Amino acid sequence: MAEMNMAKSINLALFEAMEKDSRVVVLGQDVGVDEGVFRITEGLHAKFGDKRVFDTPLAESGIVGTSIGMAINGLLPVAEIQFAGFDYYAYQQLESHAARFRNRTRGRVTVPMVMRAPSGAGIRALEHHSESREAIYCHTPGLKVVMPSGPRNARALMHAAINDPDPVIYYEPKALYRLFKEEVPDEIEVMPIGKAQVVRPGSDITIISYGATMRPCLEAAELLMEEDGVKAEVIDLLSLMPLDTETFVNSVAKTGRAVVVHEGPRACGVAAEVVSRINENVFLYLEAPVIRLTGYDVPVPYFSKEKFYIPDTDKVVEACRKTLRF
Amino acid sequence: MPRKELEFDYTVETLSIVDEEGNVDKALEPKLSDKELLDMFRWMLYSRRVDERQLNLQRQGRIGTFPQSTGHEAIGLGSVFAIEKSDWFVPAYRELVCFLYRGWPLERLLLYWAGFEEGAVPPEGVNDLPICVPVASQLLHASGIGMANNIKGENKVVLTYFGDGSSSEGDFHEGINFAAVFNAPVIFVCENNQFAISEPLHKQTRTKTIAQKAVGYGVPGVRVDGNDVLAVYVATKEAIERARKGEGPTLLDCLTYRYTPHTTADDPKKYRSDEEAQKWAKREPLIRFAKYLEKKGLLNDEKRQKMETEIDEEIKEAVKKMETLAKSKELMEPLAMFDFLYADVPVHLEVQKHELAESLGRADEVSAKSNPQRSIAGTAKRGG
Ligand SMILES: Cc1ncc(C[n+]2csc(CCOP(=O)(O)OP(=O)(O)O)c2C)c(N)n1
Ligand SMILES: [Mg+2]
Repeated sequence: MAEMNMAKSINLALFEAMEKDSRVVVLGQDVGVDEGVFRITEGLHAKFGDKRVFDTPLAESGIVGTSIGMAINGLLPVAEIQFAGFDYYAYQQLESHAARFRNRTRGRVTVPMVMRAPSGAGIRALEHHSESREAIYCHTPGLKVVMPSGPRNARALMHAAINDPDPVIYYEPKALYRLFKEEVPDEIEVMPIGKAQVVRPGSDITIISYGATMRPCLEAAELLMEEDGVKAEVIDLLSLMPLDTETFVNSVAKTGRAVVVHEGPRACGVAAEVVSRINENVFLYLEAPVIRLTGYDVPVPYFSKEKFYIPDTDKVVEACRKTLRF
Repeated sequence: MPRKELEFDYTVETLSIVDEEGNVDKALEPKLSDKELLDMFRWMLYSRRVDERQLNLQRQGRIGTFPQSTGHEAIGLGSVFAIEKSDWFVPAYRELVCFLYRGWPLERLLLYWAGFEEGAVPPEGVNDLPICVPVASQLLHASGIGMANNIKGENKVVLTYFGDGSSSEGDFHEGINFAAVFNAPVIFVCENNQFAISEPLHKQTRTKTIAQKAVGYGVPGVRVDGNDVLAVYVATKEAIERARKGEGPTLLDCLTYRYTPHTTADDPKKYRSDEEAQKWAKREPLIRFAKYLEKKGLLNDEKRQKMETEIDEEIKEAVKKMETLAKSKELMEPLAMFDFLYADVPVHLEVQKHELAESLGRADEVSAKSNPQRSIAGTAKRGG
């Protein structure tokens, strides 16, 4: 067991995967000698050299499009997009090809690649450096989408993403990179994609979230316990596509109440999908309408006011109390 | 059939007018008045002082991360000095001197780096767009603006900027190709500082210059000494004349060096040598232009000192204004995030605005609007 932050644990996963399998290559802007603007590729170039860790021209469509080609030709590319806010340039390649080759060729041509990118707000950054647009990729049939919430699951999910036979979008909540440390086991852990985790058991209300908002949700659960004697069950989705319906539906059947929390905008977001599945599966168990606590349907404000955009602990507590009062 | 060499419409020229010692090539020297020359120097000096002051402010946490522009003054000023107010300015993000010259109030520019949308509002009376963060995407807007000028029959030109690294994006190629195909009056200014964050130019392209890419689009390309403000001015002026005559776009590849880290969040020690930086230090644009002006008898230490004192005073005032604005109720109003996304605020945003107001204990300030989409977060009742 070693204590480390999430930046380090993702780096560790990349290192381990590259050591284990010579087909794994890392590419992107500034990922080589500079080791990534967030230093996620630290030490990789020094260890594995130019052939397996390389800087690319400044072109996201190029990075993802060539990753698709490399994946088709037997490699396992892990492409870094410097900020998630710049991957729209690559969307065409993801939607039209990464997501479709397997289906188009009835399984003959496949695209086992990972596109990783720092996502989300909270680091006082400029425009286009703060948004959470994971829902776009969930809405793109053929892609898988995962988002870790801490050092341990970040590493385990990265291994799963690299091992996965299909293209995986791996969004890293950048505000968490160096926010806290966690014990990470010595042995490689691989977490199945498509499984959520109950990270805090409870019986009165279910809080469902993922990524950066997991921390405020856990803090809220603690506060609700201390101040209201409410036992909140907290679920970390981890995988947004596919989505583990069973875990949260079972929980809501038990608690009868739910709040779904994420930083990305509300309309057609991940929470909308979660609520639909709750309605489809356990509508008659509900004691109250399910609340979506999310980013608003506006661009993340520039950083002087970004904190008002982000769902924080107080907002989670308040949403839970409303649900409980209903 | 013998092999033949193809001939192209354009060859690539280089242009340099003032050398590192301030010696001028008389044949190429533009006809600018003494006042204009001193003005040019003052704008460059002003921009430099602002950049230095911003670095202090950033270090003190009074503004956020920003891309430094020290060393980019000749490219920016030399080009923008050649257009009219009514022409268009479509920037990237390293053109501080252009913004200042175009009349953007300094406090507004500072607000941008302090995290306020208000910093991106172009001043009245100029055809300017704000900073563009996703690199190269603005180039297509520039082309479209130029195409519209043609369609509307307006004889205005468009000056747009991008970095060497940005020439790798598809939007660069599409932007220049559209301008070429539609004969749009656009001047594409490459601020070729030879780096894109840590990546030297040879990681972006196998061509020796950015200028020669122009040949592929059938437009003139010029390799300009980007540390020589007069060379940039002349190259831009010529491009503008062609554009106004209806001859379409030009690509200017202005060579300089990124004298600073990429932004205040970057550490260049990881990826480049000090020797290289020192080699380029001698060619720095402000020193060179000062030498030229001194030789002409237009500038001396005393004059420069006086300029600096005035400039520093202006900057001090602007910083004060910025900080007052940054604390003002109006600019710190979080509820404003809903007001500018569409011409009319749609109902779902009214609802979300109320929701945020409620979480701030200010629900009474924003009408809840009785509407069927009201989220349950406030009023829905069981069975109601
Ligand atoms: C589409 C896009 N991808 C990535 C970035 C992150 N980024 C900001 S500046 C930069 C390097 C740009 O280099 P260059 O075009 O040479 O301009 P310079 O910063 O050197 O002036 C990068 C990669 C971005 N802003 N936009
Ligand atoms: Mg550059």
